[in-house]
Amino acid sequence: MSPEVKPDFLISPEGLRVDGRRTDEMRPTELKVGVLKQADGSASIRQGKTYIIAGVYGPRELHPRHLTLNDRAYLRVTYRMATFSVPDRKRPAPSRREKEISMVIANALRPVLFLEEFPKAVVDVFITVIQADGGTRCAAINAASLALADAGIPMRSLVPAVAVGMADGKLLVDLGDEEDKYGQGDVPMAIVPQTGEITLLQQDGSFTKEELVEAMQMGINSCKYLHELQKEALKRAYVKRSDDDDDDDDDYDDDLETDLGEAELMEDE
Amino acid sequence: MGDYSSHTISHIDHDFIADLLRKGERMDGRGFSEYRDLEIEVNVVHAKAEGSALVKLGDTSVVAGVKVLVGEPYPDSPDEGVTMVTAEMSPIASPLFELGPPKEDAIELARVVDRGVRESETVDAKKLCIEEGKKVYMVFADVYPLEYDGNLIDASSIAVNAALLTTKYPEMKLEDKKLVETGEILSLPINNVAIEHTVSKIDENIIIDPILKEEFVQDCRLTMAVDRENNFTAMQKGGGAGPISMELVERAMDMALESAESIRNAIDEAVKSVE
Repeated sequence: MSPEVKPDFLISPEGLRVDGRRTDEMRPTELKVGVLKQADGSASIRQGKTYIIAGVYGPRELHPRHLTLNDRAYLRVTYRMATFSVPDRKRPAPSRREKEISMVIANALRPVLFLEEFPKAVVDVFITVIQADGGTRCAAINAASLALADAGIPMRSLVPAVAVGMADGKLLVDLGDEEDKYGQGDVPMAIVPQTGEITLLQQDGSFTKEELVEAMQMGINSCKYLHELQKEALKRAYVKRSDDDDDDDDDYDDDLETDLGEAELMEDE
Repeated sequence: MGDYSSHTISHIDHDFIADLLRKGERMDGRGFSEYRDLEIEVNVVHAKAEGSALVKLGDTSVVAGVKVLVGEPYPDSPDEGVTMVTAEMSPIASPLFELGPPKEDAIELARVVDRGVRESETVDAKKLCIEEGKKVYMVFADVYPLEYDGNLIDASSIAVNAALLTTKYPEMKLEDKKLVETGEILSLPINNVAIEHTVSKIDENIIIDPILKEEFVQDCRLTMAVDRENNFTAMQKGGGAGPISMELVERAMDMALESAESIRNAIDEAVKSVE
């Protein structure tokens, strides 16, 4: 029921956006890897007020069987929004929008995965949107590719994604909710950073060819920045995990001399 | 983690856990009437939901959110608002949960948590009325499990209550048949708070807050909702067809009463931050 009010302007006279960002500035983005214990791999993303959790299970046996692919694993992406993630309560049953987004996310991720390593199996990616504030499909791709890496699924690259668009005649990166709703257009895109290949591209609104090309170039730059954030998040998770291991008593230290007393104690047990 | 994709439970698992209990021990070293560590974070969906909470009970975690909408009352209660709790076993939470329409266990979870809230009359339905027969507030509390390591019911019950207690919504009124905001921000009219406590029976022993492995080998479970006055407001035997004796039911009730206060305090502490 949170009231939605159309802002008077999307770009202020000073050239700033409703939330005070410059046109080429991303929202503060926080990525975390390994947030769910039950899942084989998981990650969360907070991008502005958007909050999404992705969990990966597999490769595992595929049910129902008739979906089986004989030469590779089936990548099944399930994008769902919590009922309370949007201003009005979303109906709990999966919507057509959610199904389409699940499909485009799967298409965005599939090119980087070595699915042929796991014939007949399924890799399940479950995406739960806890709070939606624009750019959820792109944020979901950012989190899902980290979750896939966390699950140890062999992959060529991470996949960063961002929505670019236009409001009040200015090209913008990482559209927020108001810019998405009241702006002139929206172009969500995902890339494979090493090759520059585009794996997700959608557009609505109206652009000239020049605008579109420029917007996409801005998008590619933002994706490269996001790619760095993704790599950092992945390193953070694994470096931290090995730190935790060091704290465990049953882990032996390299420095044998100083640790001799403790080693003896452990043998006594 | 582990692969529980087959529901087959080995006798070895059952005997191991049952033997441990006979010696007075649990797999994770807890006492029989001891809950796992409880963490409650409220207002995790501050921008879109009217109330929300993320609850971690050991390695089980759920997120609950509350939406307050305006709708028409049911014809048989024209001056009462509506409160509804739903839960979904989203497959992100466990390799055991599958995609597809909710199955029996998911429906049971939603109904048991819903009953805990409704039977204790947590939200005063009469105070949710805007104009009799025309407009009332409808309160939807929805639960999404994120990690399932046993005892989703208690975690969900704690999350729903914490979310309801922190719910803030704009007051509405009817003016010339149009809904307008008065500018006031309201909290939900909370009458009572009842939290559910689940006890699992394994052979002749009962334990509170079972982890997944204990749930697997249980004969049955008993869920009890205990309110602020230590009254029982709802109960459900489930999680298996095993029978339970009157004596064990009494012990289970004592166990629930023993934990009720500390869990309530943890919730009160967590919701204090939102005023």
